[in-house]
Order: sequence, then structure tokens, then C-alpha cells
Amino acid sequence: MDVEILARVQFAFTIAFHYIYPPLSIGLGLLMVIMEGLYLKTGDKVYEAMCRFWTKIFALTFGIGVATGIVMEFEFGTNWATYSRYVGDIFGSALAAEGLFAFALESGFLGILLFGWNRVSPRVHFIATLGVFLGSAFSAVWITVANSWQQTPAGYKIVGEGLEAKAEIVDFWAMVLNPSSIDRMFHVWIGAFLAGAFLVLSVHAYYLVRGRYEELSRKAFKIALAVATVFSLSQLFTGHRSAEYVAEYQPAKLAAMEGHFAAEGPADLYVLGWVDKEKQTTTGLSIPGGLGFLLEQDFAAPVTGLNAFPEADRPGQVNAVFQFYHLMVAIGMALIGLTLLACFYWWRGTLFEKKWLLWIFVWAVALPQLANQFGWFAAEMGRQPWVVYGHLRTSDALSRVVTANQILFSLIGFTLIYLLLAALFFYILNKKIKKGPYDEHDIDDRPRQESMARVAEQGL
Amino acid sequence: MKHLLRFLPLAILFTSCGSNGTNGYSTFLGIDFQTMWFLVVGAVFTGYAILDGFDFGAGAWHLFFRKEESRRIALNAVGPVWDGNEVWLVIGGGTLFAGFPVVYGTLFSAMYIPFMLFLFSLIFRAVSIEFRSKEPMQWWRNLWDTTYSISSILLSILLGVVLGNVLQGMPLDDNFEHTGSWLAFLNPYAFLVGLTSLSLFMMHGAIYLTMKTEGRLFAKVNRLLQRSIIAFVLIFVILTFYTLLFIPHLSDGFKERPWLFVVPVLAVLSIANIPRLVTKGRYLPAFIFSAITVGLLLITVAIELYPTIIIDSSGAGNSITVYNGVASNKSLGIMLTFAAIGGPLAVSYTAFVYKTFWGKVKLDEHSY
Ligand code: HDD
Ligand code: HEM
Ligand code: HEM
Repeated sequence: MDVEILARVQFAFTIAFHYIYPPLSIGLGLLMVIMEGLYLKTGDKVYEAMCRFWTKIFALTFGIGVATGIVMEFEFGTNWATYSRYVGDIFGSALAAEGLFAFALESGFLGILLFGWNRVSPRVHFIATLGVFLGSAFSAVWITVANSWQQTPAGYKIVGEGLEAKAEIVDFWAMVLNPSSIDRMFHVWIGAFLAGAFLVLSVHAYYLVRGRYEELSRKAFKIALAVATVFSLSQLFTGHRSAEYVAEYQPAKLAAMEGHFAAEGPADLYVLGWVDKEKQTTTGLSIPGGLGFLLEQDFAAPVTGLNAFPEADRPGQVNAVFQFYHLMVAIGMALIGLTLLACFYWWRGTLFEKKWLLWIFVWAVALPQLANQFGWFAAEMGRQPWVVYGHLRTSDALSRVVTANQILFSLIGFTLIYLLLAALFFYILNKKIKKGPYDEHDIDDRPRQESMARVAEQGL
Repeated sequence: MKHLLRFLPLAILFTSCGSNGTNGYSTFLGIDFQTMWFLVVGAVFTGYAILDGFDFGAGAWHLFFRKEESRRIALNAVGPVWDGNEVWLVIGGGTLFAGFPVVYGTLFSAMYIPFMLFLFSLIFRAVSIEFRSKEPMQWWRNLWDTTYSISSILLSILLGVVLGNVLQGMPLDDNFEHTGSWLAFLNPYAFLVGLTSLSLFMMHGAIYLTMKTEGRLFAKVNRLLQRSIIAFVLIFVILTFYTLLFIPHLSDGFKERPWLFVVPVLAVLSIANIPRLVTKGRYLPAFIFSAITVGLLLITVAIELYPTIIIDSSGAGNSITVYNGVASNKSLGIMLTFAAIGGPLAVSYTAFVYKTFWGKVKLDEHSY
């Protein structure tokens, strides 16, 4: 297999795996801030138990997020050396800022959040929770800005030619606030809030259908439902904004997302469909001219299609981009429907009698996760064949000295390690859920207390 | 938003400094930006080596502790801080990437295998710490104790191996690409530097553990500490002779600026001070001195290299220096501003965490 494919697969795999966890941490962070805020305000012990329970799960997602994050930072250098030299001037400053401002804040407070319950006052603990949440939300900022810059470069100039070419920063704020940064940031944040909120919904729905911890679970479910409803609705809005900037700055990607081939002309909006790249046809259920209507409020508005671009500048996997994009949107709609329905029953006061609905929530935890992954796959595969849109091709961005065998070695290594990680994650998560919020003492305390006594006697 | 940066006096300092440095780069306090950033990267990696050094070191000793209780205490001694320590690596990677993108690309792709092994070990180590206490079974705990300890040892060695290769230099072509074999990282000198870093970290980690333990465990750590000091000094002496004999180009920095020779001299004095403090039972000062030792040794490395970062050993003169492998003046100015604001913040968070968890380890229901 060739180096390019392997390097892309490895990057996609490692980052997609990473991206399971940070959204959970960011989303749970928000919910923990709300829960602990309610505890400080009301002094109700239920909120404290809730918060402690979710802190434990947060520790798990956070731990894996941290362990898998550094991989991509290194991968830029190991697998994408030419890319690193090309974007370093611009992109590096974002990464450095991320480390200095966000990760330091986050991990500084993390110790107190996890281990400090008995060491600091509730108020200081709340500040630590807030610090961790803000830190993790900030870490998303810088990396997303860096990614947005590759998608819609701004505030730079290109110096040198051929292998020596690289981008140099001209205007820092134009680079940071490039055309897609802000909209992408909100879309990503909200995706993360949804991932966290749906995990909380899922676990507490499970307790409710099983009749366990009912008082606590009702409260927690309502908090998470409020969060989920607000953000499901706002995600439609930010997603629409995203489509607008894609239309303006990456027309080839938009054309791929909707399987629109004709160079110029009205474009349909598909609900579902299938793209045949060879025959240049897209079949499925569509609203004729719908894409033009969304963008220009005019069904006849012409939209640039794939054929307007030279073969070499079109995304390779049109159907995949199309499908990922449509799955994300479909999930977005499903989340809106689901949360609104639940709110309706909440308003009627019958929410917790609807066992079937609670069961849906138990499984719905997968939906925002999938939408997050699909969204990135659509955005990143739609950006191909460019790494830096319009400037640096993926095939030129590789490390020239790295061989296929080396990448194969690391790819196999990561696959095995990540499989193990995922298995452990689910195992421990399941266990923590089974034991519930009132299990203050982890199992490892029992053997410990005996040994503590022994130790106390022996003086060790 | 655009004006935000302007209001910060530091920003003004860094972005409007006179451009009388090398190649039209600005200077600050008479030092050109390229050198400033070299110092920043060096400082971050030094901070990293001091911090993760002691927790790698503590991990390397882990299997020497036999009792469950002792292992838990040793693990919880690093529990609240290891993650924060690792952040320094993330920042270090970021500052190197940002300031010296050419070095970042060349070094990481040339050292592909060691870096991947480093990543694997880093993940295993994080996982071991995280999962060890989640099950009571003996085999489960032994398993994670073993992976924790082995990964800590590997990490310490790999850091040294990469440093050894940097010190030694590697063949580069005129695009600054590595032209050697992918196995070139395996060489005696690199391995020797690896052993040095392992023994240094084990000493450093043992001193840290003496501050965190009591009773019989403390006595045991103390015994291990004494041995590790001897081991480190022996390996260090061998490394020094080997370097002087076989890697003579590393002395050039000192030949040009003989007064800098105080740095290695201070390093030796600082090393000598450690056993003295340990026998007196003054562990905190001993820890400070082992941290200073790590720092001085890395400053020695920096002097040996500067202004080169990666020496071209092919003789074609394609070395990467702080002047030809660097980001633009503008980018450096922005990042120096960041560093001036973010650096003290990062240090203060770190200090706050250490203060909160100061003193001997007390296990409670939140411990690992
Ligand atoms: C700041 C940089 C950055 C960020 C935040 C992301 N990516 Fe990315 N991604 C890249 C930088 C990048 C890249 C280095 O530029 C790659 C490698 C090869 C390429 O073409 O782009 C890439 C490729 C790439 C591919 C392969 C596309 C292809 O080769 O066809 C996938 C599937 C993803 N990424 C998925 C993700 C996911 C799930 C992310 C969410 C966390 C994500 N990316 C965030
Ligand atoms: C190429 C892309 C990425 C790189 C290089 C990267 C790098 C990293 C690194 C090095 C860490 C560990 C920090 C530590 O040691 O504390 C980390 C964790 C984290 N990353 Fe990423 N990351 C990437 C993508 C993303 C994206 C797209 C997000 C957006 C939401 C994100 C959010 C986070 C968060 C919140 C954490 C903290 C740990 C957690 O909450 O799980 N990362 N990342
Ligand atoms: C409801 C309708 C939605 C629409 C119209 C929509 C639209 C879009 C568009 C156009 C992009 C591509 C941006 C680009 O290529 O630069 C995108 C990306 C993305 N979407 Fe959505 N989206 C929707 C729902 C969701 C939901 C529910 C989630 C997650 C819970 C989600 C998560 C993501 C993510 C993580 C990305 C990649 C990051 C980015 O490029 O912004 N989306 N979305």
C-alpha cells in the first residue's frame, strides 16, 4: 500500500478515536458546572451526589482524551513533515497557544476537581470545575481554528516555491478569525454539548426504567434534557451557517455534499440518495432546486457543480462525502424531534411514565457521537485533494523519508492499543453505571481498609 | 478584537521591537527573536524533563515496591500531578512546531520509530494509572503495575535516545530531509544517553518519593535512592568521557565562549550536592538540586548545540540552525507575547496544584 493512503488512514483513525472523548468531556463539563452550581445555590445533597458521580465518569473520558490527543500533535511531525514545514508558521502558534492557555488551565484544575473534594471548600471546588470546563472548551478553540485555517486560509502569504514553499502569517487576527472559524467553532462546541447531554440522558433514563435512584435521576434527566433541547435546535442554525460558508469558500465540497455535478444550474436538496461518480448521477429523494433555495432563497438559483472544477481538484470520494453529510443532517433532525417530544411530555407531566421514550434515550447516546464523526468526515473528505485548501495537496504534504512499512507498524500498534482502550473504557463505564451515584466507595476501598488497619499496626 | 492585543504592553514590546537582528528579525533586550525562541523551547523542555522526569522515575521504581499498599502510595504520589506534567510536553511540541517547523518535520520523521514507541508507552502509562485501581483482583493490579513501570522506563530511555541522536547529528540533504536509514536511531551513543536519562530520572523520582512517603516504605525508598545516586554518577562519567572522545564537535560552543564553562561545572557541583543533602535527610533541598541538575545538564546541551539545532553529519553543511529553520519574525513576535502571558499562568496553575497536594500521601476514597 502506498504511503499516502496509509498516512491518511492512520490520521483519520487516530483523530476519529480521539474525537469520541473530548466532546464527552466538554459536554459533561458543562453539565457538571450546572449541577454543581445548583448544589451551591440550593445546598441540596442530591446535586452533590450527581456531580460526584459524573465527575468519576468525566475522569474516565478525560483520561482517554488526554492519552490519545498527543498522538496527532506528534503525527504532524512524523507523518506530515512537509505539511508541518508549510503550516508551522501559522498553525504552530495556535497549537502553542492551546497548550499554554487551555491545557495548562484544564489539567491544573483537574487534580482539584478529581481529588480535591476533601481538601478544598465547595466554592473553590466549583471554581475548579468551571476551570476544567472552560479549559476543555478552550482547547477545542485553538485546534478548531487551526483546522478552519486549512479549510479557508486567511491572513497569510506564501513564500518560496516548490518544496520550499510555506505559508507565513501576515495578520494574526485575520488568521484566527478566518471565514469558517467562528461558525465551525459553535457547531463543534454544540456538537460536544450534545454528546455530553445525551450521555447523561442515557444513563439516567436507564436508571429510571430500572427504577433505581429515581429522585436523583429525574432531576438529572431534566437538566440534561433542557440542555439537549436548546442545543439540538441551535445546531440546526449553526449547521446552516456552516453550509453557507462552505458554499462561498469551498464550492467543490458543497457540490460533493449534495452530489451536484452540472457546472452551473439549479441544484437539488436531497433527503437521501446515492451518488454514482462515474455516471455523474445522483438518485434519491430530493427537493428540486432546494439547495439554491437554502443558499439564495431562490429555487432557480444556479449553484456551482463538480464539473466546474478540473478533475484533479475534485474530492475523490463524492458518495462518501454525500452520505456522511446527509447522515449528520438526518441525525440532527432526529435529535430535534426526540428532544421536543420529550419536552412535550415533560410539560404534560407524563415524561417519566413513557418507558418506551426513556428506552429510546438510553440508546440515543450514540446519535450525537455519530453525527460528530460524520460531520468531520464530510468536512475533511470534502476538502480533498487539498490539505491547505487551494494551496497544498495532500499528496505533497507527506513526510518524504517515512516508508509504508513504518506507517504500517504504527498503524497496527495504534489499532491494537485503541481496541484495548475502547474495551477498557466500556467495561469501566458500564461498571460505574451499574454501581450508581451513591457508591461513594469504589470496590478498591474494601481490601484497602483491611490493609490500612494492618499497615497502621505495623507502622508502614 | 483586533485591538485587544495592542492594549497589552507586552504585545507592544514584542511586536514593535526594532528590527536590527539577524536577517531582518527583531530583537528584544539585545537578543534576536530566533534565539529568544530557542530559549523558550529549551525552557519548556527543561520544565518538562524536570516534571515528567520525576514521575517517570517514580514509575520506573514501581515494581521494586512489593506490597499493595506501598504501590498505591507510590502511584498516588504522582496521581494528581502526572497529567499536568505531561502538558509541558504538549506545550513543548507546540513551541517547537511553531518556532522551528523545519526542525519539527525533520526530527520527527527521521525518528519515526522512537517517537511512535514513545507514544505507545505514553498511552500505556496513562491507561495503567487510570485503570489499575478499578478492579481488586491481584492479577489485574500486577498487570497494570508492570505496564506502568515498563512504560515509565521506556519513556525515560526514549527521551534520551532522541536527545542522543540530536547531539550526535544526522545526515541531511539540502531540503533538510534525513538521508540515513530508518534504523539509524539505534546507535551506542544514543543508547548511552538513554541510560543516562533513565538513571537521572530514577534518582530524581526516588527523591520525590522520599518526600511523599513515611515509615518502612520511606526507608526502602531511601535505600533505593542511595543506589540510584551511585548508578547515575557512574553512567554520567562514562557519558562525559564518551562525548569528549567521540563527539568532539559538541565542545565547540564552549571553545567559542569559554566563560560558559561555568554551566557544566555548576552541574557537577549540583550533582555532588545531592548525596550530601540526602544523607542529612534534607529531601526537599535535594529534590530542588536534582531539578537544578536536570536543568543545568540541558542548558549544557543547549550551549553545545546553539546556534545549530540539528547537525548535518554528512559534511555537506545542511545543518538546521535557529536561523534557517525558524518561523517568521511576525509569528515569533506573536508567540513571544503568548509565552510572556501564558507562561506565568501555566507556572502558577502548576504551583497551585503542587501546593494543594503538598505533603505525604494520604489515601482516601478518591485515590487511585
Ligand atoms: C488542525 C487540524 C485538524 C483537525 C482539528 C482535524 N483534522 Fe482531520 N485532518 C487533518 C487535520 C485536522 C489533516 C492533517 O490536515 C488531514 C490529514 C490528511 C489530510 O488530508 O488532512 C486530516 C484528515 C482527516 C481525515 C481523512 C480524510 C481523507 O484522507 O480523505 C479524516 C476522516 C479526518 N481528518 C477526520 C477528522 C476528525 C474526526 C476530526 C475531529 C476531531 C478532525 N479530522 C479534525
Ligand atoms: C489534530 C487535531 C488535534 C490535536 C493535535 C489534538 C491534541 C490534543 C492533545 C495533545 C491533548 C492532550 C492534552 C493534555 O495532555 O492535557 C488533547 C486533549 C484534548 N483535545 Fe485534542 N487534539 C486534536 C483534535 C481535537 C479536536 C478537534 C477537539 C475539539 C473538540 C479537541 C479537544 C480536546 C480536548 C477537550 C482535550 C482534553 C482532554 C479531554 O477532554 O478529553 N481535540 N488534544
Ligand atoms: C441539523 C442539521 C445540521 C446541518 C445543516 C449541519 C451542517 C454542517 C455542515 C455544512 C458541515 C461542514 C462544514 C465544513 O465542511 O466546513 C458540518 C460539519 C460538522 N457537523 Fe454538522 N450539521 C447539522 C447537524 C449536526 C449535528 C447534530 C452534529 C453533532 C451532534 C454535527 C456535528 C458536526 C461536526 C462535528 C462537523 C465537523 C466540524 C465542522 O466542520 O464544523 N452537525 N455540519
